Order: sequence, then C-alpha cells, then structure tokens
Amino acid sequence: MTVKNHVLKNMYRDSVALMRLSQEMEGLENVAQATAIMGTDNNKDLLAQAGLLADSGKSATPNDLIVAFDLTSPGQEEAVITSVQQRLMSGRQRTGGGAGYRPRSMEGALQTLPQANLAMISVPGEHAAREARKALDLGLNVLLFSDNVPLEDEVGLKQQAISLGLFMMGPDCGTAIINGVPLGFANAVPSGRVGLVSASGSGLQQVICLLAESGEGISHALGVGGRDLSGEVNGAMMLEGLRALGEDSATEIIVLISKPPAQSARARVLEAASQCGKPYVISFLGEQGEHGKRASRGNVHMENNLEGTALRVLKLLGKETPGWASLDDKNRKRIESIIAGSDPGHRSIRGLYSGGTLCYESLFILRDLGHLAGSGLEQEPVGGDLLIDMGDDRYTVGRPHPMIDFRSRCEALVQAAADPEVGVVLLDVILGYGAHPDPAAELSPAILEAQKIARNDGRRLACVVALCGSPDDPQDMDQQEKTLTHAGALVVHSNALAARIASAISRGGAVPLPGGDTRG
Amino acid sequence: MAEKRDLLGGPPATINVGLEVFADTLQELGFPVVQVDWRPPAGGDHRLTDLLSRLERSSDPNAEGTN
Repeated sequence: MTVKNHVLKNMYRDSVALMRLSQEMEGLENVAQATAIMGTDNNKDLLAQAGLLADSGKSATPNDLIVAFDLTSPGQEEAVITSVQQRLMSGRQRTGGGAGYRPRSMEGALQTLPQANLAMISVPGEHAAREARKALDLGLNVLLFSDNVPLEDEVGLKQQAISLGLFMMGPDCGTAIINGVPLGFANAVPSGRVGLVSASGSGLQQVICLLAESGEGISHALGVGGRDLSGEVNGAMMLEGLRALGEDSATEIIVLISKPPAQSARARVLEAASQCGKPYVISFLGEQGEHGKRASRGNVHMENNLEGTALRVLKLLGKETPGWASLDDKNRKRIESIIAGSDPGHRSIRGLYSGGTLCYESLFILRDLGHLAGSGLEQEPVGGDLLIDMGDDRYTVGRPHPMIDFRSRCEALVQAAADPEVGVVLLDVILGYGAHPDPAAELSPAILEAQKIARNDGRRLACVVALCGSPDDPQDMDQQEKTLTHAGALVVHSNALAARIASAISRGGAVPLPGGDTRG
Repeated sequence: MAEKRDLLGGPPATINVGLEVFADTLQELGFPVVQVDWRPPAGGDHRLTDLLSRLERSSDPNAEGTN
C-alpha cells in the first residue's frame, strides 16, 4: 500500500462535488482507498486518523483541495492524478449552474442576472451569516440552507430582513417551493391551493408529498428554519410567511408546521391565524397535554403529527381518506409473517433517519406506543430502542447531508444488524430535487447485507422504510419502491405509519391506523 | 439602499452561493440561476475572516450603535 497526496492549490469544491469525486476515485484501478477534501486543519486531522495524510498534504491551506489515495501497487500515481484532473474539469462543465461564466461575488452575479430576487446560500456554516448579510444588503431575499449558524446571527439577520421587507428563510432551511420553483431539497408536486410555512424541511416534504399523492397541489411552501419559533427568534419569519400566504390569492388554505413553539411565539402565530379569513391547519409536532389535542376553533385546526396534518387538509378540502393512510393486504400479510417468524427477545427498534423531523415524529409516535420512555434522541438505546437523526449538525460538519450521501447510514444499518437485540430497522428515504438520484440503489445492498448478517446469526431483521416522495419526482418513486421491496424492505409512504408498523413488529401486536382503526 | 425584490410575485430568479447541485436543478428545469464561484474568504483563515466581518459590520449603516 502506498499513500499519496496531491494538493491542488486554490481550488475550492463543495462537499457534494468532493463526495462524488471521492466515490469516482475509489472506482479507479489500483486505488484501494481515496478521498478528496479541502485542506482545513480539521480535515487534515481526519485524513491523519484515516492514515491518508502524506507530507505534501500537511502544508495544504483551507483553500487547497487535497486528493488523498492509497494505491494497491506503486507507480500509478500520475495516472490517478490525471484522471482526477479530468474529472474535476468535466464536472465543472457539467455543473454549470447557469451560463459558463461564474461571477466571483453576488454583486457580479447581479450584473449577470439583474432580475435576481433570491440568494440561495449553502456555504459552510461559519461563513453563512456573512454571505446572507451581503445578500440582504443587496436587496435580495435569502434562503439560507447552511446549518451551524449561531442563534444570535439568525436573530440579527431576520431583524435586518424584516426592516428591509425581505424574506430570510433559514438558517437550516432545507426546502422551499415558490411559484412552482423547487429550492433546496424539494419535491415535484403540482401547483394548487394549499400554502405552507414550515420550520421543518423534511416535515414540509412529507406533508406536500402526501397531499400530492392525494391529488392536491400547493401554492407556495416556505421554510423558515427550525429555530424560528424559539423564544429568541419568536416566530419572526413564520409571521411574515403567514402574512404573505394570507394575502396570496392562489392560497385557499394555510398550513403551519413546527416543533412545539416557545410560549410567546405560540401566542403570536395563533393570533395571526385567528385573524386570517382562511382555514388554518397548525401542526405543532409531538405536542403533548392540553395543547397536543386535535382540536378546531373557528378557522384554526390543531394537529400534532404530519400524517394527521395532511389528512386534516384533505378533509377540509372535501377529499376522501387516501390509500396511504392504511395498510394494503400485501403489507399486512408481510407484517404478520415477520411477527410470526421473529423471536420476541430480538425485536428492538433502530431508527436511522436522514430527515430530522421524520425522526422526531417517529420518536413521539413510538413514545405514545410505550417505547423510548422519557428519552430524547439519545446516543444509547432506551429499553433496547434507539432513533438517530443522521442529518443532525454533529453528523454533517464537512460532509454532505445524508439525503445525498448514504455512506454513514449504510454503515450504521450494517452495524445495527450485528446487534443481537435489534429486530426492526426504521429508515426514511426522501426523494425529490437535490436528493440522491437513486437512493434505493445505495440502500438496497446494505439492506440485503444487514438481513444476511441477522440470518447468519439465526435472527430475522425487518426493515421498514418510509418512502417520502411525489409520483413526479425525478427518481421515479414506483421504481424506488420496487427496488427497496425487492431487497426485502417493507415500504409505506407515511412516516407515522412506518413507526406504528415498527412498534407492532417490536411488540408482536396489531398496527394502529389513523382514526383508531387497528389492523395488523 | 438597494432595491427591494419581491419574492412571491412570480418564479424566483436565483443567485446560488454554495452547493452546485441546487443550481443544476434550476438550470435543468429552465429557471433563471447564476452560480457564484464562492470560496472561503481570507484564504480560509478564521482569524482574518472574523476581522473582515467585524470591519464590514462597523461600516454598515444598519449596524447597531451607528444610527
């Protein structure tokens, strides 16, 4: 084995481009292991830990790209470097991002596209607030995808935006759809009469996908970032979004999605909702106690999970209960077969999520069903069960989101299979623009391997997948479902239903369905 | 002050700063987008970047304490 580093001075590439380059390098002849990474101190430490840092890489700066590889036989270094350079150039031509010319600044971009009204910013978190501030100063609305942005910066940016009459969506805003234009991780859903403002990206995607599958489209879907309804931000951008949808002629019904808010933010949004003439469905996810009850008062309808939110919207629009809310005969029989064939001693649940809100929804649904008592999203199992949000900040520093990069989840899935207590793995697969082009192709080998590991150990492992997508998404939802099912996964479209199925398998009981129906 | 640009009036025209995959999507769908050739400021030096940010804020007429 021969470890080599090649440093490309002053060449910056984003984390997704680097992930693709790393994967392509690992497919080259004579390359045992490879990675392409920017030369920050943190990244150099990671390379050293992996045994991939050579002397030439140690002097790289954060603006330099380090190509690190381990050759199976010496003398192939030049061939690998030539191949990498060709791939970097062809990738740049392919990912043009507009015309061939790439301005170096937002001011330059405005000269190229004078009608621009939105800056979409997804640079590393430590630089994000600075770029957002520049965009607002230029009169641009902002969608700030980046996470790891300090709360005080969020408060300041939103105050600045409001004073300028602009939208500041985010930080950590993963999804928006404005007048049919998908921004960030967004699904190909039809235009329609439902307007949404959400402090949760994957929660927004789940609701619009369930609506699309039921034949309902959206006017706009605005993201505000997960902390907007905290006491510090106090619903600043949520209120702006609600006001805009209230005035929007295409929006007939308004949906608000968030984790339970701070008390002051709750009062502000409830007041805004009650004063709007349009029907409102407010989903404070996982809310318990008096606030958590499904209730209607005037034009405002309260829900506490994503599935219930979509069902409520459909009911208000006069639609019948859709098929995704129940189990078909095939899945029901498979669940019965899994329960009959598994040992009650090996039925703990392991959830591996890419969507933070989908993970959170599963957590409180499972808690309601008696799992994970008293826990948050923990690092250690509670009563054998464990849910992990792999899109959390602590897993994504310096690497792409798990909706794009499946390596961590595939590794975690195989590890879970080796745990003799685990009997059910819960996964989400989120389709749409920006997400991985073929998630099923990434996950299926890991699902097959995980089941093989369990089988070789005399156990049975159930894989339950919540497939969150729209029929028009570029990944071909039907094909994704077929591939995952063929690998042995049990696939449903409602994340809440997937969690209830996992509980039923874990407990060996029936699957509760929305509205109190129980079948399994 | 820069001209305010209305967001919901029509399909947005986007300046993308960061992950190119988002600009690729918009380009493929035929929506107007420009990709900025972004790289970390001050050569990625955190101390210099912080200093730069503070200088920018102190020259900003909207910054706290300057009104």
